[in-house]
Amino acid sequence: MDIIVKSLSHRYGSIDVLSDISLHIPSGQVVCLVGPSGCGKSTLLRFIGGLECPTRGDVMQVGEPPQGSLNPLTYVFQDFALLPWRTVRGNISLVLEDHGIRGAAAREIIGETLARTKLSDFARALPKQLSGGMKQRVAIARALAVRPAVMLLDEPLSALDAQTRELLMDDLVSLWTRQPFTAVYVTHNLAEAVRLGHKVVVLSRRPGRLREIVEIDTPIENRTAGDPELDKVQKQLWDLMRDEARAADEELLHV
Amino acid sequence: MSEVARQVPAQRAVEYRGGGFAPSPHRWVGFMVFSVVVILAEWGTRAGWISPLTLPKPSDVLVTFQDLYTTGLLFQHLGPSLSRLFVGALIGVSVGVTLGVLIGLFSYVRSGMVPVVAAIFPIPKIALLPLFVIWFGIGEGSKYALIAFGTFTPTVVATYGAVDNVDRTLIRMGQSFGLSWLSIVRKIILPGAMPGILSGLRISLAIAIILLVAAEMLGAEYGIGAYILEAGSLYDLERLFAGVVILSLLGVIISAAIGLVESRLLSWRA
Ligand SMILES: Nc1ncnc2c1ncn2[C@@H]1O[C@H](COP(=O)(O)OP(=O)(O)O)[C@@H](O)[C@H]1O
Ligand SMILES: [Mg+2]
Repeated sequence: MDIIVKSLSHRYGSIDVLSDISLHIPSGQVVCLVGPSGCGKSTLLRFIGGLECPTRGDVMQVGEPPQGSLNPLTYVFQDFALLPWRTVRGNISLVLEDHGIRGAAAREIIGETLARTKLSDFARALPKQLSGGMKQRVAIARALAVRPAVMLLDEPLSALDAQTRELLMDDLVSLWTRQPFTAVYVTHNLAEAVRLGHKVVVLSRRPGRLREIVEIDTPIENRTAGDPELDKVQKQLWDLMRDEARAADEELLHV
Repeated sequence: MSEVARQVPAQRAVEYRGGGFAPSPHRWVGFMVFSVVVILAEWGTRAGWISPLTLPKPSDVLVTFQDLYTTGLLFQHLGPSLSRLFVGALIGVSVGVTLGVLIGLFSYVRSGMVPVVAAIFPIPKIALLPLFVIWFGIGEGSKYALIAFGTFTPTVVATYGAVDNVDRTLIRMGQSFGLSWLSIVRKIILPGAMPGILSGLRISLAIAIILLVAAEMLGAEYGIGAYILEAGSLYDLERLFAGVVILSLLGVIISAAIGLVESRLLSWRA
């Protein structure tokens, strides 16, 4: 299933947030969305997942989601959004219960996703017992449990420390190489974008417009730290973003 | 090397200025304060620098209490009081939680009911007792109504405050996974509001005990409130204090029970 964003614009009250965004998210690819903070990345992601309606333009889904997909458009949030009163297992079971999956069927899916995210030993832990990286793993496991057609990740690593971020990035890469998924990955970290993205979409400062779409041809599984090709792309992205980021930073907030 | 450089600079420990602002429970302190007050009262009344007209001897109160127990009168009074407290508070709290959740969920209910609740909150419910007697009769009905009404308002306010404070990102998460409206309310909003509802319950139940005495002012033969009022009108301070002690104990027990429920239900809190 592909996603097409058609000339989408949005304003909150009198503030233009997004302006004329058109985007194609092909099946099986990771599209990274980068841009200075406040340019509307999270907002765009909410439109793609149907949590909000844009003022103008449409988000279209092309083709049917694969058989057995319980929740075709599935989010992973920056602040994890786990229910603190449910265990790891309970948090995953939460999103299955409404689809009538309980008992043995649920146990099977939960066991499988926990194994995929290396969380099997923590099934009974409460979120308060887990580190930030672990919590985000649980959130990713929860997202995988509903067999999404498209994963929508909003700065999933931004709340984590640098080492944990590296580890989790490796996990995401190996998850993708074992079983490619479609994803929109919002980040402000260019290193993450060039590591995971097939396409990197650069937005300008608010109102967010498409600045550039950079394609990266190196297969994800072959990308290593210090690859000169990737460094070049990252530098190119930074050149695109630097002035926007500076201007966005200096802008007075007219709120 | 110069003379100055060889001088060893004086060392001293960095001054500690952290700590505090984190009260931790010391069970025995409360008990000590309580004992000191009782011992002072006993001493004063025995020695005579507290007149027996101002304060009864604590030991006499204890004797009165014992009499109450041995004659079986204690349970004759406690039984009706507890059932009034239970029924009244149950009605008030359950209606209050329900309305509080509805106010938290629906804009129209909120706009319609919040001013109403604000209008009835400051009314001293005791003032309405005659009205309740007319509406519900002099029997148990008016007593239930008074206690229910008194627990209802603080419960509503605590509940919709708690619902408002449920983390919106969790609700967004529920929607993004396609959870039904009912599932979001049952599995996200209600558990998320539970801490606020329980701390509201502490206040409501204390108010229920206060109103119990008021409710038993009219047409109650038995009940802790009736017992206290009768003792009061006869200036029988021993019995008055015995009744007051029972109410205090009731309050402590209820508060401890809520504490127990909290530690079981809210163990997930960090
Ligand atoms: N619900 C909202 N109401 C009003 N303004 C909003 C709302 N959500 C976001 N905004 C504004 O829209 C702009 C873009 O926000 P956001 O999408 O969160 O940016 P990003 O994720 O790129 O940092 C910001 O200026 C923010 O203040
Ligand atoms: Mg954002």
